[in-house]
Amino acid sequence: MTFRPEHEIYKRRFSRNLGVGLTLVAFVALVFALTVVKVKRGEPLEGYDHVIQPQSVPSTEVQP
Amino acid sequence: MSDTTAYQGVVAPPYEPGFGDYVQLLKPRVMSLVVFTALVGLLVAPVSLHPVEAFAAILFVALGAGASGALNMWWDADIDAVMKRTAKRPVPAGKVQAGEALAVGLGLSGISIVMLWLATNWVAAALLAFTIFFYAVVYSMWLKRLTPQNIVIGGAAGAFPPMIGWVCATGSLSVEAVLMFALIFMWTPPHFWALALFMKEDYHTAGVPMLTVTHGRKSTRAHILVYTLLLVPVALGAALTSIGGPMTLAVALVLNVWFVIGAVRIWKRDETVAEADKYAVEKAFFRFSLLYLFLHFAAFLGEAALKSAGIGGW
Repeated sequence: MTFRPEHEIYKRRFSRNLGVGLTLVAFVALVFALTVVKVKRGEPLEGYDHVIQPQSVPSTEVQP
Repeated sequence: MSDTTAYQGVVAPPYEPGFGDYVQLLKPRVMSLVVFTALVGLLVAPVSLHPVEAFAAILFVALGAGASGALNMWWDADIDAVMKRTAKRPVPAGKVQAGEALAVGLGLSGISIVMLWLATNWVAAALLAFTIFFYAVVYSMWLKRLTPQNIVIGGAAGAFPPMIGWVCATGSLSVEAVLMFALIFMWTPPHFWALALFMKEDYHTAGVPMLTVTHGRKSTRAHILVYTLLLVPVALGAALTSIGGPMTLAVALVLNVWFVIGAVRIWKRDETVAEADKYAVEKAFFRFSLLYLFLHFAAFLGEAALKSAGIGGW
């Protein structure tokens, strides 16, 4: 039994799929790394948790 | 029966582009210049970014440049097909459909602008958006086929990357960023007009109103000299700012003297002499122009390294 040799079109299609796949993986890794860097640096983050955050309110409005 | 067996023995299957064909849409050689100049702009800035942010910034600036290249290939497919220098590009070569080039260009433009904003700041992202718009719309769609000053105005698009790199780090513009922009802006016309002198048939065949076609070759030679002379104060001025220093000034002096000598030699020649030696002087000037720009930006980078060692700068 002989196998027909793979058509060249599949090689190009595979290269394209592999390229897109690796690009997407690299993109996700980069976004993750950027997120880690920005969060670790402690830039101001506001959580929308319906709780008043005294540090976000001007000092004149904070009640003792 | 698979989708390819239907074609076997009948007609050749349609070309299916590989990943590399799409990469070619992004003009990798132009991207390498963008990466280098943007990186220099970012590294010589007085504010330093985290390495991950810096890497992301350069990547997305390069991606934005690539996106504008894809948009240019979509729009210019007709003239690319008749010019020897560009006939093998993916769209005129039939490897990638023009519509795909448009989709890749628009998609990557959006991704690069948004991601540069998230990675750095909105000023840098806005500059990148303007650069893509300028190259794709103002230059490619509007001016390239309209005026012989196309190269002068289009050169602005290639001049933005170091400015964007600077703004990525600092968040604002300054005289140093403007002078790095001006250096590439003023360098572009003599660089491309030298190319047009020895690739004369290409632009003529395509009907692109290059200076060589509209004003003649003698006038182009004079224009090369004028723009080269105008480039000198810009290059020396940049060396006198905070990104320069004695070493940068020395490099700028040598490079500019050499460049002006080349421009004078081009100006003094006529077509008979140029054709006799197959445009040797014009080709040498063109090759040196690449080195000129590379060494200028390498000098800025070297000066920054010397400053960090405590021995460079003014």
